[in-house]
Amino acid sequence: MLSAPLNIGFDYTRSLGPVLGRFMAGLRDRRVLGSRSADGRIHVPPLEYDPATHAPLTDLVEVASTGTVLSWTWTDHPLEGQPLDRPFGWALIRLDGADTAMLHAVDAGTRDRMQTGMRVHIRWSPERTGHIRDIECFEPGSAAPVPPSADTGEPVTIMTTPIRLSYTHTTSTDESRYLRALAEGRLLGQRCPVCHKVYVPPRVCPADGVPTEEEVPVRDHGTVTTFCVVNVPFPGQRLDPPYVVAQILLDGADIPIPHFVIGDAGQVRMGMRVAAVWRPPEDWTTTPENIVHFRPTGEPDAPYESFEEHL
Amino acid sequence: MRAAVLGTGQTHHRTRRTDVSMAGLCREAIDRALADAGVDWSQIDAVVLGKAPDLFEGVMMPELFLADAIGAAGRPLLRVHTAGSVGGATANVATSLVRAGVHRRVLAVAFEKQSESNAMWALSIQPPFTAPIGAGAGGYFAPHIRAYIRRSHAPGHIGALVAVKDRRNGARNPYAHLRQPDITLESVQASKMLWDPIRYDETCPSSDGACAVVIGDQAAAEASTRKVAWIRATAMRTEPTFFAGKDHVNPRAGAEAARALWQAAGITDPLDQVDVAEIYVPFSWFEPMWLENLGFAEAGHGWKLVESGETALGGRLPVNPSGGVLCSNPIGASGMLRFAEAAMQVMGRAGEHQVAGARTALGHAYGGGSQFFSMWVVSDTAPASV
Repeated sequence: MLSAPLNIGFDYTRSLGPVLGRFMAGLRDRRVLGSRSADGRIHVPPLEYDPATHAPLTDLVEVASTGTVLSWTWTDHPLEGQPLDRPFGWALIRLDGADTAMLHAVDAGTRDRMQTGMRVHIRWSPERTGHIRDIECFEPGSAAPVPPSADTGEPVTIMTTPIRLSYTHTTSTDESRYLRALAEGRLLGQRCPVCHKVYVPPRVCPADGVPTEEEVPVRDHGTVTTFCVVNVPFPGQRLDPPYVVAQILLDGADIPIPHFVIGDAGQVRMGMRVAAVWRPPEDWTTTPENIVHFRPTGEPDAPYESFEEHL
Repeated sequence: MRAAVLGTGQTHHRTRRTDVSMAGLCREAIDRALADAGVDWSQIDAVVLGKAPDLFEGVMMPELFLADAIGAAGRPLLRVHTAGSVGGATANVATSLVRAGVHRRVLAVAFEKQSESNAMWALSIQPPFTAPIGAGAGGYFAPHIRAYIRRSHAPGHIGALVAVKDRRNGARNPYAHLRQPDITLESVQASKMLWDPIRYDETCPSSDGACAVVIGDQAAAEASTRKVAWIRATAMRTEPTFFAGKDHVNPRAGAEAARALWQAAGITDPLDQVDVAEIYVPFSWFEPMWLENLGFAEAGHGWKLVESGETALGGRLPVNPSGGVLCSNPIGASGMLRFAEAAMQVMGRAGEHQVAGARTALGHAYGGGSQFFSMWVVSDTAPASV
């Protein structure tokens, strides 16, 4: 089977609202704020709503930047995006004055310096912007607290949280066979033994739930069944609009594949006959991008009735 | 067992609700729904949350961090996933919990904070071994709209007629994101072509928003001092996104769900027996397509109801008097908004977009590649039997 990396990422934004906005503004000024619930407990980080009465929590109180480790574990292999890039302790830390614990990293150096009940204090980021990352991590000991900077009072409304996901995408055996045929310049279909429909690319028949085993060669000529002219730009787009994405029913197949049709966008029409334009054979790999696009063949259009069930 | 909508609530939908967090957005809708239902938190037995795919906001399982804020601490919490139809499916799941006798009152809430991400990007990710053909929801649905136009021989201006109607309806709805009382057929037809044949003004906006409903059993409904919306029937059906011979214009799952819905509700002639419909129309052309799929019109004839004005306020079947998805599209909440708006109509609480004398209403949602369908019928009187 074939596999390849799939990396996606986006800089998501978080609208903080009044409570978390004040919490983040506090971090910027080296202050930690918690919210007081109706039962008198101080929650750090602050809750926005009382878990018992469900009322909005608006009473924010400052707690200390020192605290106690309630429990912990150790990581020898930090992952990308975690607070530290060297081995560190993950700890549940209750700040002095708070009734709840927050999870954070303790830069203890070695595992044997971590213990339940140990005292820790915040190491502030040198450049604070009103973001949860303004707390860089915690350090062992109750060092002399760094005095808060002046309360600038400016609320924080948005926090950016970049998220990166890394996958290994693996194809099915059917799809791998299809892609390997593509690398040889062939289009491969497979017929469902129940409904006898030819699927391109091959897959377990979605209608009958059985593997499509009988291989059926499919021609690189086909019919545009329907299409969209994409005029709108968007993040991550690979072609400059306008361009045509068409559903193309390859000769011998029973389900269309989507691909590009090049030519005057105004001339593309339902029923138009098209043929694949392949990259040079030396560039072929296991991808449908071996076909750059489809081009009109100039043949008479296919009658609507011949493809109306494959739109 | 009978069930009824006791109350509904929704946010003011906007491009960016940066004044609230996700929790605050949900609570705005929830607090309004509880007030509308005349119930307090102690009377809520369970919470059901609906939310579109996690990639849309980049929060893995938002129900974890929202549990406190949406009142789920100490109660059962379920999350429902059915892409764009999720709001409707969420209301149906809550209804099932009540009709099964598991709970007396269930809070259902659905939300979307599109401003925190970019749904077009999220819907266009190119996995390895594929061609870069994704172009968002518009790129996906535009070819099927083209196929509908070809198959039904609908005149080209039908989509624009729907857009004008819905945007003007939205101007009557104080919660709607887009409120355009002065929009005209000419201005819609002059708007930019985005995904040919879909124009800018025929496309839903990208919205932040939430919706909530409180569903109660018969005892809860009878204890209510306010008018309730009795749930006469619910239906959901699913089909694969792609299969050879799939009818993207008139999907089988939608048609089968509608048949089951009308049968369960005892409705034999939907066009005659339903007073108002809130239908999931993210691109204007889906109004005639779904009118056919739902059985309000014969296949190929839905556009005639649009052209003759029968789906406008004052027509035989007003469709989307709230302005619908074309005016507000917080994706995860959009389906529940259709369901809530249907309930508001039969409760007589739809304000400026109230359909006079509405007694029976449809709420409808679809999601995925026309893959998930959910719907309910609500009435102002209790069903004779269930």
